[in-house]
Amino acid sequence: MRQHFLKTIVATGLGLSMALVHAAPAEENRDELKIGFMGVFSGGQAALGQDSYDGFMLYLKNNGGKLGNRPVDVLKADAQIKPVVGVQQAKRLIGKDGVPIVVGVTFSNVMLAVHGPITKKEVFLIGTNAGPSQIAGKECSPYFFSTSYQNDQKAESMGSYAKSQGYKRIITMVPNYQSGFDFVSGFKRYYQAPLLDEIYTPLDQQDFSAELAKIASEQPDAVYVFYPGGLGVNFLRQYQQAGLLGKIPVLSTSTTDAINLPAQRDSALGVVTSPVWGPDLDNAANKKFVAEFEKEYKRIPSDFAAQSYDGAQLLDSAIKKVKGHVEDKAAFMAALKQADFPSVRGHFKFGNNNFPIQDLSIFEVVKDDQGRFNLKKIATPLKAQQDAYHQDCPMQ
Amino acid sequence: MDLQLLATQILNGVQLGVLLFLLSAGLTLIFGIMNFVNLAHGSLYMMGAYVAAAVFNTYGSFVLALLAAVPAAILIGIILDRVVLAGLYSREHLDQVLATFGLILVFNEIVRYLWGSAPIYINAPQALRGTLEFFGFEYPSYRIFIIAVGLLCGLGLYLLINKTRVGMLIRAGAADAEMVDAMGTNIRRLNTLIFGLGAGLAGLGGVMAGPILSVQPGMGEPILILTLVVIVTGGIGSIRGAFYGALIVGLVDTLGRAFMPAAFNELLAKSLAQAAGPAVASMLIYLLMAFVLAIRPHGLFPVRNG
Repeated sequence: MRQHFLKTIVATGLGLSMALVHAAPAEENRDELKIGFMGVFSGGQAALGQDSYDGFMLYLKNNGGKLGNRPVDVLKADAQIKPVVGVQQAKRLIGKDGVPIVVGVTFSNVMLAVHGPITKKEVFLIGTNAGPSQIAGKECSPYFFSTSYQNDQKAESMGSYAKSQGYKRIITMVPNYQSGFDFVSGFKRYYQAPLLDEIYTPLDQQDFSAELAKIASEQPDAVYVFYPGGLGVNFLRQYQQAGLLGKIPVLSTSTTDAINLPAQRDSALGVVTSPVWGPDLDNAANKKFVAEFEKEYKRIPSDFAAQSYDGAQLLDSAIKKVKGHVEDKAAFMAALKQADFPSVRGHFKFGNNNFPIQDLSIFEVVKDDQGRFNLKKIATPLKAQQDAYHQDCPMQ
Repeated sequence: MDLQLLATQILNGVQLGVLLFLLSAGLTLIFGIMNFVNLAHGSLYMMGAYVAAAVFNTYGSFVLALLAAVPAAILIGIILDRVVLAGLYSREHLDQVLATFGLILVFNEIVRYLWGSAPIYINAPQALRGTLEFFGFEYPSYRIFIIAVGLLCGLGLYLLINKTRVGMLIRAGAADAEMVDAMGTNIRRLNTLIFGLGAGLAGLGGVMAGPILSVQPGMGEPILILTLVVIVTGGIGSIRGAFYGALIVGLVDTLGRAFMPAAFNELLAKSLAQAAGPAVASMLIYLLMAFVLAIRPHGLFPVRNG
């Protein structure tokens, strides 16, 4: 009899506690949230990863170290530019560290390698830079969201701009690897006319004297180039030394930006470029971001920083909507999809493949009113543009 | 193809060649005389470029930058030799590779700590920023300057090695270091001298490259690989080999990149040619090295022993 009584009490207690657990979503989850931040933090391209990281941490800091009222612990993971290292880091983040969200990823080759291992484990991946075509098309995942661009977009806007300028003879020049091919095909898609020549250089080639001599002898109307990081510094300086700057216009993607300009200076003056964000975009969120960034880091932010600042804003908005319960994956996914945050690039919404639908502008390198080398918006050739691969993605 | 383009490309090849010579000269001596594999040679080149950029950004003078960077590189080289590498000379090559590879990482982190990850600015002196006109074609004046400096260094080294007592000891050291030691010359001091000389030349190479290539952490590694190709092709331990090897590698690499893709375009379908042309062009110097090693295993200008 007595035993029976005990059993009843225990059962009731268990039942009650289960009910309580079930009711818990009504309350906010205030536990520390672990987030992995992956990027290139060593080697020659480390500045790109650092700027991304700084943009993300800036929002976090000014938000009291919290996203959606949950304190956040950011675990930094250096994927370098090596897919194998990226996969190892991803496994560490989602295995040992047990993070529910990974942010960042600088290079496309790393993105292609980590996208599957992360999203198939139902861990959220917020891409703040690399956007290779595969994951925008057939291999798209509901656990992936991009606050940057699909790679082709940046080249498409430049192709469209080149067409509007009436350039007839164009030479393209890019490194001989996947992103280079993507940018050239994106450029052609909107330029729509045949190119005078396509030059491909090995990714580790630092000196472009041979190619520049060829350009000088062909005298095209314009050149279209993609040389990221230090390669962009080399290219433009050598272009200037060869006496071509100011004579043959340079159209570029990811070649001159806030990271490279301090080293490029006057060798970049007049060069046009097509990031999805620029420091002079006229909206309140952007003015706040640029001012805060310059105050904190004493330098002009790059598009890498802006894109991951947007990544932090996106997470903040979505974690708020689910009251901190990112563990409720369906709800969190729906909250992310709404993209309910004031993007620093103005209009921003997700397409069916979770890549942004956005205005794409063209910027020119000028001296700003403080005498610094900076980007200035000169045209917006594509409005509310969606990437070319979204129809291959089965998601709605 | 037109002759002006060919002439421009030959100048480009020579310019790359003399830049490679500045690095190879030191590396080949260190390798040939001390039998020491110094992978950190590229780091001395990087330090030269960084010191020059730092001075340039403070004082705005390229000449001052040059005058500061070369002694700085020599100093770093000598400290490196005396403090870090001294214990490694008697060790196996694998230990030396491991230790000097570690030094590359240390130097990269030092510059990252001091100057950050982003490339930093340095530019050619104002007078050399334009182009010079030759028989109807323009060529960057700064690259002409590099060629001149490189050839002057070549001449200076030729005189040093062939006409002075120190040069005689260096030549003797390259042929048979133990015998030189046995004859009563302080080989240790000779080593330090050579290391300092090599470091100075590498630093000079870094300064020269600064206004063309971006000054950033890790800038020494790509050029180190080319340098190793040069000294293996030219013959280890031989300054003459380093000089001709550097010019050959510079010319083959540049002319290959300039004309191979076009040649492939004539022969193959466009899509195939666009992929194969640049790939084969970038392989050319390695094919050359393999070919040279197959017919002359000691390089084109080997040091004559005994």
